[in-house]
Amino acid sequence: MAIQILMPALSPTMEEGTLAKWLVKEGDTVESGQVLAEIETDKATMEFEAIDDGVVGKLLVSEGSENVAVNTPIAVIFEDGEDSESAVIADAPATVEESQPSKAAPQPAIVAAPISMEDVPEGTTFTSTTVREALRDAMAEEMRSNENVFLMGEEVAEYQGAYKVSQGLLDEFGAKRVIDTPITEHGFAGIAVGAAFGGLNPIVEFMTFNFAMQAMDQIINSAAKTLYMSGGQMGAPMVFRGPNGAASRVGAQHSQCYAAWYAHIPGLKVVMPYSAADAKGLLKSAIRDPNPVIFLENEMLYGRSFDVPDIDDFTVPIGKAKVWREGEDVTLVSFGIGMQYALEAAEKLAEEGISAEVVDLRSIRPIDYDTVIASVKKTNRCVTIEEGFPVASIGNHLSAIIMERAFDYLDAPVINCTGKDVPMPYAANLEKLALITTAEVISAVKTVTYR
Amino acid sequence: MAQKKTKAKANISGDELLKYYREMLLIRRFEEKAGQLYGMGQIGGFCHLYIGQEAVVVGLEAAAKEGDSRLTSYRDHAHMLACGMDPNGVMAELTGRRDGLSKGKGGSMHMFSKEKRFYGGHGIVAAQVPIGAGLALANKYKGEDTVSFTYFGDGAANQGQVYESFNMAALWKLPVIFVVENNQYAMGTSLQRAASTPDFYTRGEAFGITGASVDGMDVLAVKAAGELAVAHCRAGNGPYVLEVKTYRYRGHSMSDPAKYRTREEVQKVKDNQDPIDMIKEMLLQGDHASADDLKGIDKEIKKTVQASADFAIASPEPDINELYTDILV
Ligand SMILES: Cc1ncc(C[n+]2csc(CCOP(=O)(O)OP(=O)(O)O)c2C)c(N)n1
Ligand SMILES: [Mg+2]
Repeated sequence: MAIQILMPALSPTMEEGTLAKWLVKEGDTVESGQVLAEIETDKATMEFEAIDDGVVGKLLVSEGSENVAVNTPIAVIFEDGEDSESAVIADAPATVEESQPSKAAPQPAIVAAPISMEDVPEGTTFTSTTVREALRDAMAEEMRSNENVFLMGEEVAEYQGAYKVSQGLLDEFGAKRVIDTPITEHGFAGIAVGAAFGGLNPIVEFMTFNFAMQAMDQIINSAAKTLYMSGGQMGAPMVFRGPNGAASRVGAQHSQCYAAWYAHIPGLKVVMPYSAADAKGLLKSAIRDPNPVIFLENEMLYGRSFDVPDIDDFTVPIGKAKVWREGEDVTLVSFGIGMQYALEAAEKLAEEGISAEVVDLRSIRPIDYDTVIASVKKTNRCVTIEEGFPVASIGNHLSAIIMERAFDYLDAPVINCTGKDVPMPYAANLEKLALITTAEVISAVKTVTYR
Repeated sequence: MAQKKTKAKANISGDELLKYYREMLLIRRFEEKAGQLYGMGQIGGFCHLYIGQEAVVVGLEAAAKEGDSRLTSYRDHAHMLACGMDPNGVMAELTGRRDGLSKGKGGSMHMFSKEKRFYGGHGIVAAQVPIGAGLALANKYKGEDTVSFTYFGDGAANQGQVYESFNMAALWKLPVIFVVENNQYAMGTSLQRAASTPDFYTRGEAFGITGASVDGMDVLAVKAAGELAVAHCRAGNGPYVLEVKTYRYRGHSMSDPAKYRTREEVQKVKDNQDPIDMIKEMLLQGDHASADDLKGIDKEIKKTVQASADFAIASPEPDINELYTDILV
């Protein structure tokens, strides 16, 4: 039987790729396990192996083809004894049709919201940049200007970062300043704290923040509390950064948002940017900050492009929220990946005649309460949006502050939209339900606006 | 507590060889199929394949007895197949369906079986190591003579909790075999770039733990080494460190840029050290099986694996009410 080889998905989010190179040609005998081709995605070049023995009958997609969709037939292999003339090539469809799983949670479209760039001068030009590049640029700029800044973490150097955020940094700064660590989070976090006490400015990359739980004691008991315990003599001027929150289909131990955890701790600053400009500007501020800063990124946002201002040494102050969209009827407060639901909801609500103001906290410790309160005093209603668990969420905290400072202005109770109160399930349909959705935000807005 | 290198080869029957051949081949074909289903979008997230390492778990399971417990990392499909868990249930967990071993809620990295005393399926590197020592504590506490097979990687072997576990296991003479599956890489980091000393079997020495190293591409050697380790533990001598030297043919997970080692290096191991080829040779040379017999076995196993894939795709997604079940009892 002729076996069709289909363009494989090599990561959960891959939809298409480049067929960079064929390592076999028509007529070659191949064995299962043999590398057939090199396939490129936006993240990496990967090898693709045969899983059956046979002879390469036809290469259907030529080397160098770009944007080849996942599941496109790319080659035909003939099993023992067949010859290419007699075999039917065309109608060997992919066999898996019945009971297709739900697709991974859909990505809301990027919403072209009117961006208020109050912090950049008029006439500034912008360059479209991915969040991933913006983070790298921020680190590179700070490493150029301050010798004491260095990066350490798992796979940050030779591998160029597990999610390619540190791409190129080893080449530019060398192994002294871009350090690959063993898988020993508690140990290297502690070493970084010591280095910070000793006068350096470490950036610690956690491959994901799920693994920072291994290092929690050093982050909280050593980094966050020493300034206080030493009566102000010494502290830990450093950054702990990495992807936080759910990725796609990686299950309970790899899909958690830690924003509320770190926000709980005096002695830390905590930021969680949404856009590439904020990622860059906030990371530069975090590296310069004389305190330990927790910098929460998001894997799903790494590949997303935003305009970043072409300003030398562009920074964004920690502790200042940003109003992405002005509105009259309700205030939506969010941060990080939650912003995509907030912005998408605001767009859809506008079509229904509900005008939402969207506030991106950007920093969750310290929180810019003034901006939130001013907005709520204007709109008289508030919905908070975040990916984390509901109990003791950032939204819970904001609700309390709003109640204290703007009680008389509220026309409805504040609603907190959060992830569900369950460990993240693996199954595609359950994962979608566990995450927050734009529809839930819209429904909350309708509740607080009594529509 | 002399450190020793084990290289033993027992006199072995054709039936036994055939058993190991089948078990290893099932793992290989299962993993190949999982890789294929991933490529078709039927499996999501991470998917860590065991291809190349088959002799480790098959050899050690051959040294285990009923009642022993085992646990490992996220690279766990083979451990489940080797201890007799149902391929259909494993594959359906990979596709996230309701007939999966965790009802579709765990995924590739998180499966369990109380019946087979398989305690996971752990996603956090090395977190399973103290848990494995804890299982041994339970075994000892209950007065059983069972042991805990606690598997972890060369990368995991550098985590601090491994050494905390070594100390307590030795202090309390816990019947745990710490199995270091040294496949020489932790994601893209070679052992040489992560470990100050490369001989993991010596790492229990400071705690007074006996250790041994064995060729993990040779299922018979692994079994023999496993038997020594098991005997040590069952006799009440406390823990044992067994380093098993092996090799992972595929990428770390599905998306692996493969830049940290050469294609030639991988090919060389496949050509010269393949654990399945080795047993195949022994079967043929010893006249225990003909080439046709082996082809027949392969066909049969491919059928089992295809059936598990069909099952895993036909099984429906979990009921949405499952979102809120199993959080507390
Ligand atoms: C605490 C923690 N840190 C990092 C990771 C990410 N990670 C997953 S597997 C892995 C490599 C582990 O290598 P090794 O222990 O040698 O096992 P192998 O994958 O080779 O079987 C890393 C870094 C993780 N899952 N948990
Ligand atoms: Mg390894």
